[in-house]
Amino acid sequence: MTSFDTETLRQDFFTLFGLPRQQGLDADRLELLYRDIQAKVHPDKHAHLSDGEKRLAMQWATHVNEAYQTLKDPLKRARYLLKLADHDVQLETNTAMPAEFLMEQMELREAVAEAKEAGDAETLDRLHRRLKKDGRSEFGLLQQALDDKALERAGELVRQLMFQEKLIQEVDDALELIER
Amino acid sequence: MALLQLSEPGQSTAPHEHRLAVGIDLGTTNSLVATVRSGMAVVINDELGRSLLPSVVRYPAAGPIEVGFSAQTHQSLDPKNTLVSVKRFMGRGLKDIAHIESMPYDFIVNGNEAEEMIRLKTAQGVKNPIEVSADILRALRERAELALGGTLTGAVITVPAYFDDAQRQATKDAARLAGLSVLRLLNEPTAAAIAYGLDNAAEGIYAVYDLGGGTFDISILKLSKGVFQVLSTGGDSALGGDDFDHRVFCWIGEQAQLAPVSLGDARLLQMRAREAKEFLTQHGEAPITAKLSTGEFVDLKLTSEIFAEITRTLVQKTLGPTRKALRDAGLAPEDIKGVVMVGGATRMPQVQHAVEAFFGKEPLNNLDPDKVVALGAATQANLLAGNRASGDDWLLLDVIPLSLGIETMGGLVEKIIPRNSTIPVARAQEFTTFKDGQTALALQVVQGERELVSDCRSLARFELRGIPPMVAGAARVRVTFQVDADGLLSVTAREQTTGHEARVEVKPSYGLNDDEVTSMLKDGYTHASDDAFRRALREAQVEAQRLVEAVQSALKEDAHLLSTLERAHIDSCLTKLQSVLLGDDRRAIDSALDALSKGTAEFAARRMNQGVRRALAGRKVDEVNL
Repeated sequence: MTSFDTETLRQDFFTLFGLPRQQGLDADRLELLYRDIQAKVHPDKHAHLSDGEKRLAMQWATHVNEAYQTLKDPLKRARYLLKLADHDVQLETNTAMPAEFLMEQMELREAVAEAKEAGDAETLDRLHRRLKKDGRSEFGLLQQALDDKALERAGELVRQLMFQEKLIQEVDDALELIER
Repeated sequence: MALLQLSEPGQSTAPHEHRLAVGIDLGTTNSLVATVRSGMAVVINDELGRSLLPSVVRYPAAGPIEVGFSAQTHQSLDPKNTLVSVKRFMGRGLKDIAHIESMPYDFIVNGNEAEEMIRLKTAQGVKNPIEVSADILRALRERAELALGGTLTGAVITVPAYFDDAQRQATKDAARLAGLSVLRLLNEPTAAAIAYGLDNAAEGIYAVYDLGGGTFDISILKLSKGVFQVLSTGGDSALGGDDFDHRVFCWIGEQAQLAPVSLGDARLLQMRAREAKEFLTQHGEAPITAKLSTGEFVDLKLTSEIFAEITRTLVQKTLGPTRKALRDAGLAPEDIKGVVMVGGATRMPQVQHAVEAFFGKEPLNNLDPDKVVALGAATQANLLAGNRASGDDWLLLDVIPLSLGIETMGGLVEKIIPRNSTIPVARAQEFTTFKDGQTALALQVVQGERELVSDCRSLARFELRGIPPMVAGAARVRVTFQVDADGLLSVTAREQTTGHEARVEVKPSYGLNDDEVTSMLKDGYTHASDDAFRRALREAQVEAQRLVEAVQSALKEDAHLLSTLERAHIDSCLTKLQSVLLGDDRRAIDSALDALSKGTAEFAARRMNQGVRRALAGRKVDEVNL
């Protein structure tokens, strides 16, 4: 056990980057900070040192990568904030969603299934792009809910966005089958 | 490009000692070795001034092993014992290889080939692709040591970005067998991006399209202020120039209406096919003539139109992975600033045209597609060895090409680490026992994107042993999957309630386990002409010297991080190592080395924390000044 295990690993990711613990985030600044830290800790910077230092560099770089990936992605960031607030999102147990959202998702799912059936890679590719952009209005609401400490509402939005994420994954799997 | 000065002053190692480090491009068709001399990356040529070493090894019935040109000239005379394109066999089983029927080799078939790496019978015994690759690497090491006049500190070996864990591990094992200390496995397109980016001061988002002899890679990178960040990568580790040759070879057979030919004739026609392909790069048509051992005469003309037609599906096959890589990066073709072309097979006009049509811009061909990978690897090797000068302190952030998963109930895959995660990366998962008193657990780790285990590649079976016996479901075994900066997976396990470390045994599906590698290394020592014992001692001494210097330099900068007591302990470890350093007792060196390494672990951790704090503080100062 060194101070890496006892101090660094126990800090939350916002503290690690010296950023305020909130959903709103300056992505460019996060990227700069991430690169600055990796420039110090990355295994390539320690490849000529002892095995112990190489291992430490790998652990540090792994930790910073995880922290960066968590904070960079708005959905992961929101889930992380809810986790820090000890709020259970009930991903597995709570499946209630607004009717309007469900209708829209059903239509999208049908479109995906049709394109998959037809082996239509181009349509799937377009759907993939659209879905990745589509999340945006929900993300605005999510940030508002988190800022207002409306955790139940934030949890609900997270569940919706996770549902959408699953669909993106399905499109991805379908493309994998067609394009291989 | 104004590269960022990322290291602290004094962090670089003593300037007097330049460490000999090389970059090696271990190719399917040709291999190269390069180094940095007076700040310039250069390819090291052989005594005859040739830069390429054909990746061909011959194990003749009588006489020494031949590597390179001499082996190549014998390939149609001695096809069974002359192994070409062995890179395609690395980390692979027999059933994975296409066109096995047209290969002249004696493959070992024993009913287990679904689970083990390919092995071949030669006049000098059974060889696996790791040993054959080691012979190629050894020839390159000897070439470099002769030219540079000393023992190499280490090497960066390049691998296709799309190589999976088994293929990477096989490459690393081959390097160890060849007596090379591997500083890093570097992805080929990333190596090319380093060479291109540093040469051209490139900034922005670039694609590297790398079509080699046997593998295809596409990588999307963001180049910005001295950071090379791979956003996504894709490819096909069984698609390359060889497949174009094979199409021409089949075309010759059809056109000349040949009956099945002998092994030697097949090799001859494959060579003619390759020559025709290369000729068509500059000409509209290529003559193909050959006299077969049967007395038959082949006399054909291959036009570039026919060539393009018979290889069209191969070119198309590169565009699927290209689309996928762009999608994974969340980008469209028009977002790409430039497409860097790498690999000899990108010389083919139909490939150039297809890439231009896809991206809507002319590809970048201002680098030698054969050499750029080795040059980039040499630059990286120089940096990793600790020969850093101010101004060349760039940072490389690469990704894992294929998702890693474990088998769950019903043959399904649970993804643990998704493809295109920046490495190093780790994920922990908890498992429990389902029987009372159960002390072992087995995990099947697979790599690939599909949902079913049977559609992915099996990497290894990890057996966790030594779990303390408890009632079913009480043990909580936390298993950590770590992918390091070489893209290699390791697995550790700990029982959470007792803190007991479980032993992990690895059974690689298409590779060698640690014991097999060690025994191959030992075999190598007994047969080797150079004194392996002296070499190992010298390596330990170099390593010890390196640690002594590093600790001394760290103490000079950061002694304030230590208490008097801590300082005294480090000083005594240091003195101990210095006192045994030049002796010939390797065990004493190793144990003093270990003691110093352990004694400085906390010091290193504090220094790292301090470095990070300073980096963050530096960014704050920057912003106040803006």
